[in-house]
Amino acid sequence: MSGQLLGCALLTLSAVAAVIIARTDNLFSAALLAGMSSLLVAALFLSLDAPDVAFTEAAVGAGVSTIFFLTTIAATGRQYAYAPSRRVPGLVLAAATGWLLFYSMLDFPWLGDASLALHDHVARYYIEHSAAEVGPPNVVTSVLASYRGLDTLGEVCVIFAAGVGVMIVLGRFGHSGRAGQSSRRGEE
Amino acid sequence: MPFITRNPILRETAHTLAPTTLLYALYVQFHGDYGPGGGFQAGVIFSVGLILYALTYGLERAQAVLSRRTAEVLSAFGVLLYALTGVAAMLRGAAFLDYSALAQQPLSGQHIGIMAIELGVGVTIVGVVMLIFYLLTDTGEAG
Repeated sequence: MSGQLLGCALLTLSAVAAVIIARTDNLFSAALLAGMSSLLVAALFLSLDAPDVAFTEAAVGAGVSTIFFLTTIAATGRQYAYAPSRRVPGLVLAAATGWLLFYSMLDFPWLGDASLALHDHVARYYIEHSAAEVGPPNVVTSVLASYRGLDTLGEVCVIFAAGVGVMIVLGRFGHSGRAGQSSRRGEE
Repeated sequence: MPFITRNPILRETAHTLAPTTLLYALYVQFHGDYGPGGGFQAGVIFSVGLILYALTYGLERAQAVLSRRTAEVLSAFGVLLYALTGVAAMLRGAAFLDYSALAQQPLSGQHIGIMAIELGVGVTIVGVVMLIFYLLTDTGEAG
C-alpha cells in the first residue's frame, strides 16, 4: 500500500513538472525540471525493485542530459519564442494520446502478477540457470552481457553512431572545425 | 569562458567531488557483476566527473586530461573491444560472444568475457559523452 502511495506521489510530482515544462518560456528552469522529473522516475524505478534501470535513469536522465541541455542553453540563449498557434492541435494530440494510453491500460495485467506468460518464458530460465551458466550474482548483468550480448553490442553501436552523428552535425561549426576552416583558408 | 567559477564554495565542492565521482565510476564499472550498475552507468558517471572538472577549471584543463581526439578514439575503441571479444570466442571454436570458450573453466571464461565487454561499453560511453560535451561547448564559445 505504501509502495502504491509512493508511486502515486512520484508520478504526480513528475506530471506537475511536465506541465510546468510545457508552460514555461524559461529554458533554464525547463531543463532543471526535466532533470528533476528524471530523478523522480528513477526513484519510482527503485521502488519497483529495478535498481539497474533506476541507476541508468538517474545518471543519464538527471545527470548527463541535463548538462547537455544546459550547455546548449549557454550557447543559444535562455528564452523560448512561444508559438501560440500550435497550442490547440497540440492539446488535441496530447488528449488523444492520453486517452489511447488510458484505454490500453485497462487491459494491463496487475503489477508483479507471477502467472503472466511474460514471466514464464525466458525470464524464469535466466533466473534459474544464470548462477550455474554465467556466474554473476546480478542476473541483470548476466542477461545484458552474456545471454543478450549481441543485443548489447548493437546498443553500443547505436551509441557510437549517435556520437558520430553529433560530430557530423556540430563538428562543422565553431572552432572545432579547425580542419574545415584551414582547408577553406587554403583554397582562398 | 562562462564556465570557470570563481565561487569558492562551488570550486571546493567540485574539487572534492570530481575525483570521488571518477573513483565511484570505477567501482560501478568493476562491481557490476555483484551490484547494480555496469559499463553503461560507469561510463556515464565517469563522464560526469570529467564534465564537473571541465565546468570548474575550464575546458582547456579538461582537454589536457582527455582531448577531443582521445574521446573520438575511445568511442570507437570500446565498440572494437566488444566485437573483438566476440571474435576471440569464435577463434577458440565457440559461437560469437560465447565467453565460455575464453578460459579452461566456462564460468571463468564468462567472467573474463563480461569484464571485457563491460569495459568496452564503458569506454565507448565515456568517449561519446565527452565528445558530445566538447562539441556543444565549442559552438558555445563562438556565439
